[in-house]
Amino acid sequence: MSHDHDQHDHEHSELDEMTLRVRALETVLAQKGYIDPAALDVLIDTYQTQIGPRNGARGVARAWADAAFRDWMLRDGTAAIASLGYSGRQGEHMVVLANTRQRHHMVVCTLCSCYPWPVLGLPPTWYKSAPYRSRAVKDPRGVLADFGVTLPEGTEIRVVDSTAELRYLVLPRPAGTEGFSEEQLAALVTRDSMIGTGLPQEPAR
Amino acid sequence: MSYRSHADLGGRPNAERVQPEPEGELFHAAWEPRALAVTLAMGATGSWNIDMSRAARETLPDYGQSSYYRNWIGALEKLLAERGLLLPDELAAGRALHPARPVARVLHAAEVPEALARGSPTERPATAPARFRLGDAVRTRAQHVDHHTRLPGYAHGKRGVIEGVQDMHVFADRHAQGLGEQPQWLYRVAFGGSELWGDDAAPGLSVALDAWESYLEPAA
Repeated sequence: MSHDHDQHDHEHSELDEMTLRVRALETVLAQKGYIDPAALDVLIDTYQTQIGPRNGARGVARAWADAAFRDWMLRDGTAAIASLGYSGRQGEHMVVLANTRQRHHMVVCTLCSCYPWPVLGLPPTWYKSAPYRSRAVKDPRGVLADFGVTLPEGTEIRVVDSTAELRYLVLPRPAGTEGFSEEQLAALVTRDSMIGTGLPQEPAR
Repeated sequence: MSYRSHADLGGRPNAERVQPEPEGELFHAAWEPRALAVTLAMGATGSWNIDMSRAARETLPDYGQSSYYRNWIGALEKLLAERGLLLPDELAAGRALHPARPVARVLHAAEVPEALARGSPTERPATAPARFRLGDAVRTRAQHVDHHTRLPGYAHGKRGVIEGVQDMHVFADRHAQGLGEQPQWLYRVAFGGSELWGDDAAPGLSVALDAWESYLEPAA
């Protein structure tokens, strides 16, 4: 038992170092009165349970179902998305990019990891990784292949690098979803399809 | 002084695969959500701005070898120490050893939803006409600058076309240096793949990015 425990500690030495380091930070910052420890719990709970890619999926589903909403989203992404209740931190200024038969969009932040938090939540590990940030602007088809996605030959690929405080959401193309409810549509919208590294799921036949 | 960012990765040779990840996987260690929250809570005190924190992260010497949240913590410690808010001996001891310094605000639990929903918009009222219009040809700045900037290296000295005129926004380069907001017009500029990558360019590729007015000059 104690041997297993030592082994475990050894394997997780980086985690333990970081655990202690973050705990020390939290403790001292709270002692100095700079942070409210209860606020930390609310922040974590918010990003674990309330703010995530299902928000964006709801917006995409609405755009698929309602042409006027789609137009609004493309004209003023911030206002259209705020009308669904999603706004604020890391999505203050939203731009929606519509995929078409001719053009596919892919969003990256080569300089850090800017990402539209109110609609997609926290960025996945790959979005923050060196391979994605290095390759997306030069070899987007190679990146898509890593996701198992192949676009028809001749499709233009527009990569958008989020270098300022505008945040981008891809509006993917629906496939054969006549008569679907917004809820059914939203279930087809994957997170990756709203970044441009994936496509929506095909509806079940 | 010589400013060096380790974060400007666009177009760098990288043979590694991108590893897809399921939607629900938010954190990979129990300390990561704590790192996220403590960073957001300290950001809310107004002791620095987001451009200063990006500058603090991208200049960490081990930026490229560290995970995302480890870099966040490294930058947070650096920002705190620079302002005398928390000193290294206190981190080592795990308790406060020096008096607290005043901060502008403390984010309390009940204020979190509203603070997140408000965010920190960077758009500012226009105080000057925009120099460029939709469809104008522009060339980006070619020189390296000795401070935080948001023009990626791969887009230095390149010819592009104005595709969006995005209002005036807080200018990251100045804001990161503590020189105030100095808002400028922001544009979406699109570049053809061959302009960026020459004969290597992938067929059908174009890249757009957001560029502040002072990054751009008119092009023929």
